Amino acid sequence: MTFIKKPIFRHPSLPKNDLGLTYRDYEGLVSTLCAGCGHDSITASIVQSCYDLSLPAHKIAKLSGIGCSSKTTNYFLNQSHGFNTVHGRMPSVATGANLANRDLIYIGVSGDGDTASIGLGQYCHAIRRQLNVTYIVENNGTYGLTKGQFSATNDKKSKNKKGADNPFGAIDLALMAIELGAGFVARSFSGDKEQLVPLIKKAIAYNGFSLIDVISPCVTFNNHPHSTKSYDYIREHNTAMGELDFVPEKENIQAKYSEGESVDVTLHDGNSINLQKLDGNYDPRDQDKAVSILRKYRGEGKVVTGLLYINEDANEMHETLKTSTTPLNAIPMNDLCPGIDELDKLNKSYT
Amino acid sequence: MSNNSSYNELVLKFANVNGSGSASANTFCAKALFRMGIPVSAKNIFPSNIQGLPTWYEIKISESEQLARRDGIDVMVAMNAQTYEQDINEVLENGTFIYDSSLLRDFKRDDINIIGIPIAKLCADAYTDSRQRQLFKNIVYLGSLSLLIGIDFDVIKQLLSDQFGSKPKLYDQNIKALEIGRQYVKENIKYPLEKQVRKSNKNTNKIMINGNEAAGLGAVYAGATVASWYPITPSTSLVESFEKHAMKLRKNEDGTFNAAIMQAEDELSAVGMAIGANWNGARAFTATSGPGISLMSEFIGLAYFAEIPLVLFNIQRGGPSTGMPTRTQQSDVLSCAYASHGDTKQVLLFPADPNECFYFAIESFDYAERLQTPVIVLSDLDIGMNDWVVDKLEWDPNYKHDRGKVLNSKELENAKDFGRYKDVDGDGIPYRTIPATHPELGAYFTRGTSHNEYGGYTENGVIHAKTLDRLEKKFDTGKSLLPQPEIIINSPKTKIGIINFGSTTKAINETLNHLSSKGIGINHMRIRAFPFSKKIDNFINEHEVIFIVEQNRDAQMKKLLVNEIDSISSKLLSILNYDGMPLTAQFLIDKISEHLEEDIDINQLIAPPIKIV
Ligand SMILES: Cc1ncc(C[n+]2csc(CCOP(=O)(O)OP(=O)(O)O)c2C)c(N)n1
Ligand code: SF4
Ligand SMILES: [Mg+2]
Repeated sequence: MTFIKKPIFRHPSLPKNDLGLTYRDYEGLVSTLCAGCGHDSITASIVQSCYDLSLPAHKIAKLSGIGCSSKTTNYFLNQSHGFNTVHGRMPSVATGANLANRDLIYIGVSGDGDTASIGLGQYCHAIRRQLNVTYIVENNGTYGLTKGQFSATNDKKSKNKKGADNPFGAIDLALMAIELGAGFVARSFSGDKEQLVPLIKKAIAYNGFSLIDVISPCVTFNNHPHSTKSYDYIREHNTAMGELDFVPEKENIQAKYSEGESVDVTLHDGNSINLQKLDGNYDPRDQDKAVSILRKYRGEGKVVTGLLYINEDANEMHETLKTSTTPLNAIPMNDLCPGIDELDKLNKSYT
Repeated sequence: MSNNSSYNELVLKFANVNGSGSASANTFCAKALFRMGIPVSAKNIFPSNIQGLPTWYEIKISESEQLARRDGIDVMVAMNAQTYEQDINEVLENGTFIYDSSLLRDFKRDDINIIGIPIAKLCADAYTDSRQRQLFKNIVYLGSLSLLIGIDFDVIKQLLSDQFGSKPKLYDQNIKALEIGRQYVKENIKYPLEKQVRKSNKNTNKIMINGNEAAGLGAVYAGATVASWYPITPSTSLVESFEKHAMKLRKNEDGTFNAAIMQAEDELSAVGMAIGANWNGARAFTATSGPGISLMSEFIGLAYFAEIPLVLFNIQRGGPSTGMPTRTQQSDVLSCAYASHGDTKQVLLFPADPNECFYFAIESFDYAERLQTPVIVLSDLDIGMNDWVVDKLEWDPNYKHDRGKVLNSKELENAKDFGRYKDVDGDGIPYRTIPATHPELGAYFTRGTSHNEYGGYTENGVIHAKTLDRLEKKFDTGKSLLPQPEIIINSPKTKIGIINFGSTTKAINETLNHLSSKGIGINHMRIRAFPFSKKIDNFINEHEVIFIVEQNRDAQMKKLLVNEIDSISSKLLSILNYDGMPLTAQFLIDKISEHLEEDIDINQLIAPPIKIV
């Protein structure tokens, strides 16, 4: 049962992060997903990222919709407030939560059904507003929780478990996010922790909407030989765009990479990202390039992973709205309520 | 002046073309009458259209403060040739019909006074700019009218100078247009009319305001910081009011604001944002009308079950479906009371006028946070968008906003075993925590799936049923917390009562006065909140026959009462109106009289009122 807490057993020699916490301190309840489900690997990568970054868990809010993927917010960060909303509507709840307190870190977890079908509208509009959230889609091309129907990210040539063809074309959430102005767009694979963890860390540090579309095979319904979202298919068709390392300002490790092979991206919040390129010309700051690369590889049946696009000077939602720097939920009532003199003036204006 | 002159008792109506600039002239007229100290009530009957369709504005002027709408017009200012025929038919015998005689017309009524003023011609002579020619027509008829019925010109001038004080050119232009209208009347028409107005003193400590303006302001006073919404008539102006006041009163020195107004992509998102913000400790609300409520239902159920405070203003309009977007109804009572699937019930508040909209807007946040549940303020188009004369708004500097049971960091440390959904106090209301309160304590998981006392997922039927029972207990706690009904005993002996809620109150008061004058005493209860207070049970039990007045077809409040109060039998007699127009007293008087005269059993229940007016 999901409310069973994991036994806390701390080996004295477990490594600790800057907050003096161990990896286990960032874990959640025991997963109830199928053994081998890609989603559980993503959970582990989220735990790893938060541990590595020494984030105070209580300053993180984790939100999700409905689906196997959306359940996973319960399986990491026990010390964080979590919110399983309704199917496809996590973006609006996350937007409201963020409006109330701009100082928290928001991690949104969703599925391909949750985001690309029922929640597509909310997804688009959260991006448009540059909501400051790390939005992780655990993309398995199927509706896991309702037992294997095609989802809108399922490729046209793919089949379901029973061998039936998917008759409709796929929505590419990353491509869409770039078009809609998301500041940070990445694609990854649940089985590639080496790539995923740095991406999550950077996404969390990024001020604005960061999407990570993680291909996350559903072992029960969509991991068969005719699926384009199976472990084997992704391993065979994965084209990584670059290796990136998240470099917080304080410890710049750029020297590790030789000149000419890397691009330094300095973000307007001061952090920088160092991208080691595999493709000699790939610069993730070029929106058109990102779009064309995605289109090109899709045509070849390949899955490009890595950081696809980053906008160094996107304005996150609060900057656009000009909300107070103090979180709205922390402003005392006395400062919010105009009082009797103002009301007298207003009464006069109504005569 | 003829001997038949009567003062301050008339209905004035303007018939215009939508988008022609008449709205501000007409409101101006109502405001001038208000400033003369005369009780007035203004109703805007407008189309769902931006330009070209007919629109009307009615002003009831009543020294005796009988301010419900009334059919039958005393003075009609007919500025729309498309509707002349309909408009002239509404004029009462001996009434006056004023029209633009630039194009002369032959009207077939000789029992009324028909006045032609060549307004278009006057404007064509006075102005060269075509826009001015159009716009100032409205001011010209206002000028003429001011002389015809006796609106104080100094009051008008003062109003203009208040409005255009900083723009002397506009002031002069408006005065000029008024003078054109007055001059024509002086030279060509016998004035004043028999039905006139004169200064009175009834409006001390009164203001003229619409409910959406008042509710938006109330939300500012409530300390709301997040408003998320999707435009829909007639609720839009509520959020606009919040925005206007918040941007003015909540601006920081660095140019930022202590409020966020978010126009969402639809009502699902609007309510989702409000829920997210409330969950995270801000006071947040959304405003909508019928179609929006339908869309919000799933989320309302989440807030009910996960116990998240939420304030929702529903400014009701004519349904079903898109219905009559610019007409008034009370037809969302049931869909709001039981909004969402499963066993859900929502707290409802029923403001009667803009004044109460202000207070209910403030209190709704207190109730939502105290009860940790959605509170739906059920206003309607008549209250929300029409200007009413009401008592001025008061603010008690000692008012303490009730933030409900929220644990702070210290309290969490003292709490032995925090469980988000534990009924610690026995009132059904658990304690909640806001994210980031404490580094180690108080985190919990919010979900719409069934949960145990700690917020953990459960499929255990016994626990699920226990949660539903606690929610019911919490709802019962609301009965004494929420606004109590307003009860007026007109006759201690009568066995007849009348129940209403919301915007129909003026018509009820007028009706009860009328019946009193005929020696019939009926006791009155105005319902102000759901869940129903014990006092509502009592009132119903103390009367044999009760009229229940509603602006819907299906007797929704009656159904809610029958559903929720066990002791009710068949003693509720519905009086229903659903044509989308604010209720008239005459309609009520006719319906009640039919019952009293035709049903012998009811006739025997009549007793005289305490005071015959
Ligand atoms: C309004 C609504 N409609 C339908 C459902 C049923 N439902 C639950 S999960 C789900 C699909 C989930 O798919 P996805 O988001 O891809 O998550 P996965 O299980 O594949 O991780 C559906 C249709 C629901 N919970 N709510
Ligand atoms: S059904 Fe698929 S998505 Fe759901 S838990 Fe099992 S493997 Fe994962
Ligand atoms: Mg899926």
